[in-house]
Amino acid sequence: MKYQSQKVAYAYFLVAMALFGIQVLGGLLAGWIYVSPNTLSEVLPFNVIRMIHTNALIVWLLLGFFGAAYYLVPEESEREIFSVKLAYIQLAILVVGTLGAVGSYLVGIHGGREFLEQPLWVKFGILVAAVIFLVNVSLTFLAGRKTAITNILMMGLWLLCLLWVFAFINPDNLSLDKMYWWMVVHLWVEATWELVMAAILGFLMLKLTGVDREVIEKWLYVIVATALFSGILGTGHHFYWIGTPGYWQWIGSIFSTFEVVPFFAMMSFAFVMVWKGRKNHPNKAALLWSLGSSTVAFFGAGVWGFLHTLHGVNFYTHGTQITAAHGHLAFYGAYVALNLAMFSYAMPLLRNRAPYNQVLNMASFWLMTGGMAFMTFTLTFAGTIQTHMQRIVGDYYMDVQDQLGLFYLMRFGSGVAVVLGAILFIYSMLVVRREVVKPGPVIKDAAIPGE
Amino acid sequence: MSELLTKSRARNVFYGGSIFFVVVFVALTAQSHRHIVDKATAGMPLTEEVRLGKHVWERNSCINCHTLHGEGAYFAPEVGNVMTRWGAQDDPELAYEMLDGWMQAQPSGIEGRRQMPHFEITEEEMRALAEFLRWADQTDTQNWPPNDAG
Repeated sequence: MKYQSQKVAYAYFLVAMALFGIQVLGGLLAGWIYVSPNTLSEVLPFNVIRMIHTNALIVWLLLGFFGAAYYLVPEESEREIFSVKLAYIQLAILVVGTLGAVGSYLVGIHGGREFLEQPLWVKFGILVAAVIFLVNVSLTFLAGRKTAITNILMMGLWLLCLLWVFAFINPDNLSLDKMYWWMVVHLWVEATWELVMAAILGFLMLKLTGVDREVIEKWLYVIVATALFSGILGTGHHFYWIGTPGYWQWIGSIFSTFEVVPFFAMMSFAFVMVWKGRKNHPNKAALLWSLGSSTVAFFGAGVWGFLHTLHGVNFYTHGTQITAAHGHLAFYGAYVALNLAMFSYAMPLLRNRAPYNQVLNMASFWLMTGGMAFMTFTLTFAGTIQTHMQRIVGDYYMDVQDQLGLFYLMRFGSGVAVVLGAILFIYSMLVVRREVVKPGPVIKDAAIPGE
Repeated sequence: MSELLTKSRARNVFYGGSIFFVVVFVALTAQSHRHIVDKATAGMPLTEEVRLGKHVWERNSCINCHTLHGEGAYFAPEVGNVMTRWGAQDDPELAYEMLDGWMQAQPSGIEGRRQMPHFEITEEEMRALAEFLRWADQTDTQNWPPNDAG
């Protein structure tokens, strides 16, 4: 940690990890209700649990991004954050807003646009926090050294905050409502968040591999160019069946096919940088998460996204468990794992200590990644059967669901693995204070070959 | 490649290309907006009742169990075409009666069956919700879903 004000990130990461815990527990409960539908049905209905599951996810990922920005902007700009106080005020607003939202959901006060269910005052709170954040980070950025990493990060953060305006626009016409709703939802996760992801991944590669900045930054511009060129018109894959014109079927199919490219590029980028760099960075866990994130993002967002993005396929799979399979792996790979990579890298530095307990952290990576992969497979199988029975044969929804019990049971099992992994991750970050598995001796001459 | 594609060139391609695609996207969105209002949803007037129905739909967060035009949660049936499935698309009174009958019977309490909560909804709101679902059903969704099962 080169600048004192980077310490702000620590508080952001702590709150993010707490919400991460709530998110996966909410998910586990929702998964259990698929297995045993009467659970809590009168006290805490499925829709409320799902709101907590999705909202906690979105907020903690954003908190992770904000924390990452507060960590890396000073280092890249070579100066302290404009105002540490503003950063803490921003965090306080977000914490109050989050607790307020969860509290309102539990007593049945919420909106009904998916993911944007927050009461109006919480939405305004998020807006105020976003403005504070942009002012704070932009003033730091403008006063200091400008790099491609911070250029791209700032652009991503500015655009994602600006797009939040669409959270307030809710036309009475359902089809218009849906179309503008995607301006937040799609243009966040398949455009602006990708810029943030690429910037953070670039920063991690710079630190972990020691590859020349010039090389990394050129890659970054190419990656984010492919992300926006494909992702903006790729919004069309959500405009097939909601009342929008038919031409979106072609635009959406073609451009969202290209949405695979930035994820393939990010995966290649990460592996090429590690190969070129050959720096023996002590934080192996952060490296594992970085490579894992870009790889799982390629499969979850890229491959599983492409699986059902062509309109001829999507006509049959739209709104089935196939979508759920893709959503889980994509979010986990691209954004959850990336945030955990940043936490793994920054937490030891923020706490001013060596990266202890990497083996525990790495075990948590495999537990979570294995669990998410298994969950994706079970949901994909469930979705395939559902698509056939419901969309081809024409059986009714609940009759089909009754046939999918085994898959939901296996999905619950994989959810248990994910929750255990998440707990292990948080434990390895926060609780253990000394090395659990003793590392071998450091070989001074890295050129010595293995046998 | 390294000489042809310098960092500043890559950056300029990124900025220039992004602006181009944003402009195209905004133009198509404006056209789509008109298409939705003038054509896709023009089959039924967007009345006060339909508006109220949409608010009832939102206030009860129906989207976090059901899908509507395929979007939402995958825990409960598609409702974008539910009025067609019930044979009530052209009969407002039947639409109301079917919906009211269904919702008053919830939760079923049957063991091992997914439970729909009981919602405190007035008669006026229930009628509005039925109208909203009929309004959604008349939308030109490019013939989606493939069949009445939704």
